[in-house]
Amino acid sequence: MYRPETAAPLNALVQTMLHNPHPTLSAGERELIATYVSRLNTCKYCCNIHGAIAQHHLGNNAEIVQQVLADPETAPISDKMKALLKIAAKVQSGGKNVTADDVAFAREEGATDIEIHDAVLIAAAFCMYNRYVDGLATWQPDDENIYDQMGEQRAREGYLTPPQKIIHNNITDKG
Amino acid sequence: MAHIKLTNEELPGIVGLLNYRPETARPLLDLAETLLRGPSSLTSAEREIIAASVSHWNDCHFCHTSHAAAAAAHLKSGVELIDDIKAGLPKTVVSDKLRTLLHIAHHVQRGGKNVTEEDIETARIHGATDSEIHDTVLIAAAFCMYNRYVDGLGTWAPEANEAYTEMGERMAHVGYGKS
Repeated sequence: MYRPETAAPLNALVQTMLHNPHPTLSAGERELIATYVSRLNTCKYCCNIHGAIAQHHLGNNAEIVQQVLADPETAPISDKMKALLKIAAKVQSGGKNVTADDVAFAREEGATDIEIHDAVLIAAAFCMYNRYVDGLATWQPDDENIYDQMGEQRAREGYLTPPQKIIHNNITDKG
Repeated sequence: MAHIKLTNEELPGIVGLLNYRPETARPLLDLAETLLRGPSSLTSAEREIIAASVSHWNDCHFCHTSHAAAAAAHLKSGVELIDDIKAGLPKTVVSDKLRTLLHIAHHVQRGGKNVTEEDIETARIHGATDSEIHDTVLIAAAFCMYNRYVDGLGTWAPEANEAYTEMGERMAHVGYGKS
């Protein structure tokens, strides 16, 4: 790790937001918000890894992730999740773009204040992580299997354990 | 009024949100403390100027004014610094190195991929180390989070620069409460 001092709070934040037990939003649902925002920010690494983690939380169902990324409105997710993803998209474009109407609509679809808070914070945080990763032009693998292995580990263990050895057959080019 | 019912509605900006959701408050505060007051070859004043500048570009009044006030507290300068940061520091004496780092921060604010090799090279020519470049990118990225958090939930913020003086002193000299 290049900067362990900043790694600790960055990992603690994502662990709390996405992995720790939540009263009403599953880890899979929270990872979908992170994945979706990362796609909007066109951050390949974050979108791929969180998509893989979401998939493993959701019974290894890659379809749901692909459908959410293609069009949340027609994806097989709850109406509440669709409303929270709309709020997340607004946050991604700018905090002030979230309107009272967006929030009222989310409430009509069953979202609680805690869920609205968490959707906003997850979206905001991924606007940080995506910029961090892309701003320093970090190496981003292309091999799907790498993301799948990392995704399975993170879905199971969370974000506080060290990276495990990745098994891959070819050296991928720097992204 | 914020978009959600906060526990204490008198607390402004991020303060009310940290109070509402203590589980995420801890890592958010630890990150700010490490980034802005932890060991670094960039001074805390320089780092608060980066944070305040990014917040201004994101149009977040609470974050911009409070972190500009913190920079003023570090520099023992007056509230005029707040408006000078908004204007791009025409009157404040800062190093060319900081100006190149602010240029990188501005690119990060628009999107990570906007940072070019040329930007990095220019910063290095003016004396920026890899660690300083790393910290600049992470501070800029982090404030793209904090600004969206504070405005995305519609929190209230005092208007006048003078309302932030005491907050700025606390942020500079007491810090963000690292556990």
